[in-house]
Amino acid sequence: MEEKKNPILRTDQLQTFYVLDMQGTQKIIKAVNDVNLNIYENEIYGIAGESGCGKTTLLKALFADIVPPLRLIGGKVYYRVNGKDEIEATALSAEEKRKLRLEFISNVPQGCMSVLNPVLKVKETYKDFIASHVREQSRREEIFDRAHKQILEFGLPKNVLDVYPHQLSGGMRQRVTVALAALMKPRIMIGDEPTTALDVVVQRGVIQMLKEIQKKLKNTIVIVSHDMGVQANIADRIGIMYAGKIVEESTAERIFDRPLHPYTQFLIHSLPKLGDKTIRGSVPGSPPSLADLPDGCPFHPRCPKVMEICRRQMPDFSYPDENHKVACWLMEEGKHGQAA
Amino acid sequence: MDKLLEVNGLTKQFSQGFVIGRVILTAVERISFFIKPAEIFTLAGESGCGKTTTAKVVLGFEEATSGEILHNGKPQTRKEKVWITQGVQAIFQDPFCTFNPLRTVDSYFYETVRNYRLANSKKEAMDWIDRKLRLVGLTHQEFAGKYPSEFSGGQLQRISIARALLTDPKLIIADEPVSMVDASLRMSIVNLFKQLKDELGVSILYITHDLATAYYVSDRIAIMFRGNIVEMGAVEQVLMKPRHPYSKLLRDSIPQADPKKRWTTSIRLSELEEEEYLRQGCKFAGRCPDVMDACKSVVPKDLYFEDALVKCHKYSGN
Repeated sequence: MEEKKNPILRTDQLQTFYVLDMQGTQKIIKAVNDVNLNIYENEIYGIAGESGCGKTTLLKALFADIVPPLRLIGGKVYYRVNGKDEIEATALSAEEKRKLRLEFISNVPQGCMSVLNPVLKVKETYKDFIASHVREQSRREEIFDRAHKQILEFGLPKNVLDVYPHQLSGGMRQRVTVALAALMKPRIMIGDEPTTALDVVVQRGVIQMLKEIQKKLKNTIVIVSHDMGVQANIADRIGIMYAGKIVEESTAERIFDRPLHPYTQFLIHSLPKLGDKTIRGSVPGSPPSLADLPDGCPFHPRCPKVMEICRRQMPDFSYPDENHKVACWLMEEGKHGQAA
Repeated sequence: MDKLLEVNGLTKQFSQGFVIGRVILTAVERISFFIKPAEIFTLAGESGCGKTTTAKVVLGFEEATSGEILHNGKPQTRKEKVWITQGVQAIFQDPFCTFNPLRTVDSYFYETVRNYRLANSKKEAMDWIDRKLRLVGLTHQEFAGKYPSEFSGGQLQRISIARALLTDPKLIIADEPVSMVDASLRMSIVNLFKQLKDELGVSILYITHDLATAYYVSDRIAIMFRGNIVEMGAVEQVLMKPRHPYSKLLRDSIPQADPKKRWTTSIRLSELEEEEYLRQGCKFAGRCPDVMDACKSVVPKDLYFEDALVKCHKYSGN
C-alpha cells in the first residue's frame, strides 16, 4: 500500500458536460459532475452504475478524449507518467496525447464487432497499431515478434493473427482486442463494458485474461460495468456512479459486505442468486435525465429513506472508514444501516 | 390435454455457401420439450446454441426442417396461423427495435385490437388497452400519443409485454427479454412474468443466457448446447445439482456478486464455433473435462432420470 500516496490517475472536481445548441436554446447534459478520483498503480478499479449515469463519459474524460459536444467545464485530469510529476492530461496537445496512448494509457473497447477492420487480417491491424507508435523499422519487427509471443502467453491460438476478424468467435475477437490494448505494456488500461455483450462462459474467459494481464504487467485497469457480478469478480476497489456523481467508493469487499448508500444497497440486493428464490425488488423508478437533474441529492426521488434535507442539498462525502467514502445524508444523521 | 405446447424432434438446418463448398449447419437438432399451462419454462444457453431459432420455429417465422409442433395437441400449420398468434405472443430482446421510432406506441395497440377484433368501439378499445397496461403497471395517460424514444428501455419492455397480453394469450415467448434492460430494472420485468403466471395463468417460454434470473423465475429449464438439449428438468435440480459437464461449466461461470467467491480455476474456450457444430459425437467433447473416447464418435443418447433428462455418455454406463 506504499504507492497509495501517489495516484497514477487523478481527477480533480472534474465536470464534463455535453452542451447541445438546439436552435438558440442550449441544452446542457451534466454527464460527469464533480468527480474526484484517485486511482493507484497496480489495482483494478471498477466503476458501476446504471446506463445513462455518465460512466462512459467519465472514461472519455479519463482518456482525455474530450471533443464537442462534450466539453470540459471544470476540473482537471492528471496522469503520472513514469512515476514522475503529474501532468495535466486535459491540457496536452493532440500529438502529445497520441504518444501517450497505447504506451501509457490504452482503451479496451466494448463493441468487439466493429473494432477490428473487417477487410484486414488481424496482423495488419497489429502492424498499423505498431507503425503509429514506432518509427524504426527494426523495432517495429521486434514488437511484432513480441506480439506473437504475447498472443501465445494469453492462451490465444497462434493462427489468430493470420485470419480475418469474421472468422473468430465473439469471445476470441474480444480477447484479441484486449491483447491489442496490452501490446505496448501500458501502465493504465481502460475498459468500457469489455464483457457486456458476451456469454457467461466467454465473459469468464475475458475476465480471466484481464486479470492475468494485470498480474503480469502490474499496471492499473479501470473497468466500467453495470454488472455487479463482474465487478465483484475483478475489481479491487469500486466506485458507484449515479447521475454523473460518484456516490460511494470503497474496496470491493466492503462495498458488497456493507453497502452504505441506499442506491448501492439496491444494486447489490436486487441481483438474483442461484439457490435463492425469495422475491427481490428492483430499484424503484428510473434514473433521472442528466439534462434535468432534481435538486439536492439526485437519488432522492427513488430513495426509500428520503428525508427533508435530501430534497434541498447534495450531501458531502463522509468517511466511515479510511478506504470508504459515501455521499448520503443518512451518514450525517448516523442512521445508516443495511437495506430494508 | 395437459400440454399447452409440445415440440417433438424439431430439427432446423441452415445451409451456407452455394453448390460447391456447401455446408449444412444444424442449428437445432431433434429437440423435444413441452410446456404445461401456467408454467415458466426456460431455454438457456450461450449464443449460437439454437435457442432463438427454436423460438422462431415455434412462432412460425421459420419452417422446421423436420419434427412437429403441437399447440394444445393440434399440429401447427400455416392455415391456422391466426388462431395460433392469438394464443401465442412474442416479446423480443431489444425494446427499441420492437417499435418503429416514427410511429406512436399506442398505434400498435389499436392495430392489434383491430386485427383481432377485440373491441367494437373506440371507447371499448381504450378500456381494453388500459386494462392490459395496468397489468404491467402503466396507465393509458402515460403512454397515449408518445413515441418510443420518449420511454426508457425498461418502460418500453413493459409496454411490449402489455401489447403481447392484448390478445389474452395462453403462451408468451420471450426471447432474451431482459438482456437489454439494466441490471437494476431487470428484476421488475422478471417479477412481472411471475405475476402473469400466478394471476393470469399465462405460460412463458423464457429464453435467456442469464441463469440467475432463470433460476429465480422458472419452474423447469432446458440447457441447450450447439443445437441439442443437454439437460432438462426442474430448475432446482438442473441448476443446483447439474449432471452434464456443460451445465456445470455454465453454472459456475455466473459471476457471483461476492468478492469472496471469485473464480479460482481457469477455463478453456472454444476456438471456432463452426468446428463445434460440425463435430461428430458429443458437441461438447472438445472442451469437456470428463471426455471419454466414446464422446468423440458417438452421439450420446437421451437418458431419463426420474426428475431430469441428461444427454451425456458419463451416465450411460449403468
